[in-house]
Amino acid sequence: MKPAKTLQELIARLTDYWAGRGCVIQLPYDVEMGAGTMSPETFLRVLGPQPYKVAYVQPSRRPADGRYGENPNRLYKHLQWQVILKPSPADIQEIYLKSLEKIGIDLRHHDLKFEEDNWEAPTLGAWGIGWQVMLDGLEVTQFTYFQQCGGHDLEPVSVELTYGLERLSSFLQDTDSVYDMLWNEDTTYGRVRLMEEQQFSVYSFELASIDKLWKLLQLHEQECQGLVDAYRILSHPAMKSRVPVLAAYDEVLKCSHLFNLLDARGAISVTERVAVIGRIRTLACGVAAAYLDQQAQQSEARSQKPEENPANAILATGL
Amino acid sequence: MIEPALADLKRLLEEGFSRSRLSGDTTAALEMYSTPRRLVAYCASLPARQPDSAEMVQGPPKRVAFDGDGKPTAAALSFASKMDTKVEKLQTVSTPKGEYLAFKKKERGKPAVEILRELIPQAVQGISFPRSMYWESKAGPYFVRPIRSLLALFGGRVIPCSIGEVRAGNWTFGHRRLGKPRVRVTDFANYREALAKNFVLLDAGERRARILDNIEALLASDNGFRIKQNLELLNTLVYLTEYPTPLMGSFDPGYLSLPQEVLITVMRGHQKYFSVEQPDGLLAPRFIAVMNLDGDSKGAIRHGNERVLRARFNDARFFWETDGKLRLEERLDLLRSVTFQSRLGSYYDKASRMAELTALLVSELPSDVAQTVSLPEVQKAAKLAKCDLTTELVKEFTELQGVIGGLYAEREGLPKEIATAIYDQYKPQSMDDPSPRTLQGALVSLADRMDTLVGCFGVGLAPSGSKDPFALRRAAQGVIRILLDHRLPLTIASLLRRTEEVYSSHQPEGHTDWDALNRLPEFLIDRLRYYARDVRGFAYDEVNAVLEAGAQRESVPVLLNTIAAVSRIRPTENFEPLAVAFKRIKNILQQARKTQAFEPEELDTDLFEPGPEAQLHQRYMDVSAEVARHKAAGNYVAALEAIASLRPDVDLFFDKILVMAPDAKVRQNRLSLLQKLLSEFSTIADFSEIVVSDKTEPRP
Repeated sequence: MKPAKTLQELIARLTDYWAGRGCVIQLPYDVEMGAGTMSPETFLRVLGPQPYKVAYVQPSRRPADGRYGENPNRLYKHLQWQVILKPSPADIQEIYLKSLEKIGIDLRHHDLKFEEDNWEAPTLGAWGIGWQVMLDGLEVTQFTYFQQCGGHDLEPVSVELTYGLERLSSFLQDTDSVYDMLWNEDTTYGRVRLMEEQQFSVYSFELASIDKLWKLLQLHEQECQGLVDAYRILSHPAMKSRVPVLAAYDEVLKCSHLFNLLDARGAISVTERVAVIGRIRTLACGVAAAYLDQQAQQSEARSQKPEENPANAILATGL
Repeated sequence: MIEPALADLKRLLEEGFSRSRLSGDTTAALEMYSTPRRLVAYCASLPARQPDSAEMVQGPPKRVAFDGDGKPTAAALSFASKMDTKVEKLQTVSTPKGEYLAFKKKERGKPAVEILRELIPQAVQGISFPRSMYWESKAGPYFVRPIRSLLALFGGRVIPCSIGEVRAGNWTFGHRRLGKPRVRVTDFANYREALAKNFVLLDAGERRARILDNIEALLASDNGFRIKQNLELLNTLVYLTEYPTPLMGSFDPGYLSLPQEVLITVMRGHQKYFSVEQPDGLLAPRFIAVMNLDGDSKGAIRHGNERVLRARFNDARFFWETDGKLRLEERLDLLRSVTFQSRLGSYYDKASRMAELTALLVSELPSDVAQTVSLPEVQKAAKLAKCDLTTELVKEFTELQGVIGGLYAEREGLPKEIATAIYDQYKPQSMDDPSPRTLQGALVSLADRMDTLVGCFGVGLAPSGSKDPFALRRAAQGVIRILLDHRLPLTIASLLRRTEEVYSSHQPEGHTDWDALNRLPEFLIDRLRYYARDVRGFAYDEVNAVLEAGAQRESVPVLLNTIAAVSRIRPTENFEPLAVAFKRIKNILQQARKTQAFEPEELDTDLFEPGPEAQLHQRYMDVSAEVARHKAAGNYVAALEAIASLRPDVDLFFDKILVMAPDAKVRQNRLSLLQKLLSEFSTIADFSEIVVSDKTEPRP
């Protein structure tokens, strides 16, 4: 297989490959976030017993990594190709390696190592065990067996593959600067994204209003907590099933992004940092608990009335 | 990670063998091997089955086992059936309680395979890892990464066992790229051979040798270049590869304008590359990476690694230049928002305390030493020492804290003394790491460590058991090393007093954990004890004798000198016998205190009996004067020799004189003489701590 010549082609080949492995090809989630793991397609889907396979591109914003478009490798926003397989197949490493061949990396002539690297996201109450995948000295993928998410032990265990798309594409195109690589045959990454990098760096390092960000963080926190509390207080199953836990999760994402902005702005001291991370984790864990409970209730409800909806009965017994 | 796991596996298997009596009297010899993808145990010989066993099982008393007619009762029958035999086959044994039925139960040894099928999964699961995971379900199995394959053979046959869903088989897999994914195995020799053919070097030693030999070959073409040795990195690479092959890459010499420390850290830390030195010791624009492959015929891998390194160096250069926009001095304010410890304030607070403490420490130094220090410079170094925590470069490479500060200080044109002191502030990091190069550096490092120790102990963060999250043992060890390496005549007590003085004026809430603070002197003395014994190799009783006598009073270098003196003088003729005599004196005095409420009084020379007693007194006076002279000159060996020379007089005294004289005044005077002797000559070392072996003859 020839190397994918453009970023676009790289994404197309990964899409093709993982669709062929039975993944739902999702679209990027439309709320700002720091990593593909935070998308509900990962954070919520890995909870509970239902099997799931999904792959998607997730633009990931890390305000502190912004470099005004001047550093050839660091970005305010980069693209992740995220794959979740729940449960993890036994030959997942081989499956993963085939995906690299599919995008045009001849592994006979490249040095690939799985190096120990465990992952932890304190704001999400999540951690896992895994490797960083090094290709000729370049970290191209984070490979993680999830153990806990939102404070809950996971069963079955999902595997998460996070490919750094800019890195892989720069590697395939052999460019030193991310801005020089091709997005498509006649448009560079720089042309598509440079302005965004410049402007968001100015915003997050210089102009974001610290006071307002703190206020926003508080508002989103309250909104989230309100929904989580509502779920906890309600006792009737029919009422509980209507609580928009998914909307509460969006609020967690907003809090997390605001925290990252404040951090980039230098507005968070080390002590505050620990405290704010704790606040967001409390929200994330609260949402995870509500989501799990809601899922369990719904599958119970389905299994109690099999005659009304035979299709659901099959779902409930776990296919 | 892999090496301790392999050691665990070996231990667990050996324990299993001996528990199930498979190893007999000697432990079955295990050969252990490992790669990043496999842990291997090979036992060349193991019996096919356990030895048979026989055990005498006692049944009911004979009197209840048979009725009046001599017929077996229900008790006898039930015992026989439990033993799976007939009543006629039962024996009688006599015990102190009477006669009992008994049966010699023989058990046929189990086949080894049956034992192994349980032992293998158990041993594998018993390996402990810093962090393990489950992949099938929470019920297990647990391991460091998912177990995907299990090869278990005994005498060529598969041992039918499994770990989770993975069942044992008679096949293995080769190198992920270069070998076959499935290789049949019949025995160990064949396993080794199959792996070698499939590009897996099973033996870590072989991988290590391959890396080193190939590096040598790579460097042969470049005149005089050599790698910067790094055993830790080498070991990491040995356990990261199954078929290691080094390659040499190069980078633009323009990057050599960045500090070497930064370049080396980027190469070693992030990229796991060896750096290369030129004959003059300067860094060469080269690096050595180790592939998990047989070669790089197309040069693509070298090209890729060079590209990554270039990006990394660019990052570092970006940080190096950005950081230059703010001078260290201008960063002081930023330190206010970097917490040192929530109850001990920010790093700004810490740096202020350090600056103050360095001044107090200088005031404790003898004037000739203190004169060599420029106090304003030391204080400035202490004040600026932590500023690099706010730089991008340190945020990126935390292991370079201090070093970066020193480099920036130099770049800003601060005096060299300041830059060096900042650079060295975290030294020594370990036993092999040298102390700060300059006295100024030593003072800053001391102040930093003492501030951390007193601060943390004071707010209840003292280490407990093996838990030492703030690395306070290492901090204390550093204090001892610096005092010794720089021969700073400071006592542990004065260091603590001065540090607490600084805290009392800085921390409004004050310390709360007085209990822990009271243990801090002993904590520091313990590090000196450790250093003297384990690093310098002095005998424990020699160390104890000196520390018992003077740990609180004497400076740390003097304590170590004294230990060395005791160690030197110990083999001489008089020393150990004198130690025995001192122990005797101590006992006599203790006894006298208990039974006669003895309290020492001024000596009355008129009461001394002419001869041995008067002579001992005279010698005591002479030796005291001599010892005082030697001590003042710092000659501890001569002082100890003088004390040891008392031995014949002491021996003669005990030989001829009855201490517990009938006359109360005489007795009191004699006891007081002994007390003087003991107190005066125990100030250097407490001789009663010396452990004297049973051999009473003096050593040659």
